Amino acid sequence: MIGLNHYLILSGILFAIGLIGVLRRRNLLMLFFSTEIMLNAANVAFAAISSFYHDLTGQMFAFFIVAIAASEVAIGLGLLILVYKKENTLDLDDLASMKG
Amino acid sequence: MFEQIAFYFFSVLTIGLFLVAVFSKNVLYAMTSLASGMVVIAGFFFLVGADFLGVVQLIVYVGAVMALYAFGMMFFNVTKNLKEKTTSTGWVLIVGVTAALLMTLMFLGAINPDAIYASLPMSDKMTNPEAVGMALFTKYLVPFEVAAVMLLIAMIGGIVLAGKKMDTSLTDIKDEVLQLKDEE
Repeated sequence: MIGLNHYLILSGILFAIGLIGVLRRRNLLMLFFSTEIMLNAANVAFAAISSFYHDLTGQMFAFFIVAIAASEVAIGLGLLILVYKKENTLDLDDLASMKG
Repeated sequence: MFEQIAFYFFSVLTIGLFLVAVFSKNVLYAMTSLASGMVVIAGFFFLVGADFLGVVQLIVYVGAVMALYAFGMMFFNVTKNLKEKTTSTGWVLIVGVTAALLMTLMFLGAINPDAIYASLPMSDKMTNPEAVGMALFTKYLVPFEVAAVMLLIAMIGGIVLAGKKMDTSLTDIKDEVLQLKDEE
């Protein structure tokens, strides 16, 4: 039988994958992808908890996370396009302009 | 039985697809596997009975967000492989997994699972979309409206940011001309 713990462990694994992506990748677009993975991992945990405790609140929270993710992508991609037009690269090492 | 098979099948699929999304050298491969991973995540939502959330996941994530990424990708040169100086994978793996574990332990210590009670209990009389609608338009009406305003602001922000100087392609202009334009 699949219990709540199965879903929570899966969500933890997915979140760890996203976190590894954020830490490892240097391309801004890949950082965005990793953020989406982390948001999705949280959503899975919310939906599972909501179903196993017979409570709708988890699902409502997941809806707002989806809304936030959508607006984050809209603004973030606009900024990425501006950065790319200005610097012609999305690599964080090339974008670093501050010495220190 | 069916639930177990579906759960393990979906788990292996999502973990694999997201690993490809994170470690792939090609942005297009990463985006495609991310999109398919999102579809499988919707499968989890259907599995736990959150039907409406699953449909929203399919429409918003797989439909809107991935289409937005695909459109954004037309501005970037994605045909060649990414050449990035990556931090050592082992180190990052340790940091990532410990951070995730620490977060889990933190909440595990703070939350007593026996003391949790349902503030919005599900009833058997209503289907999931009905119950979600009832909750969204009564208890969560204000957050719902605030989220609507936030999406509107995000839309305007996206248009303003990406639509700036859309009539000329800045990548084709010589640097000297660009500097002159900036000084104007």
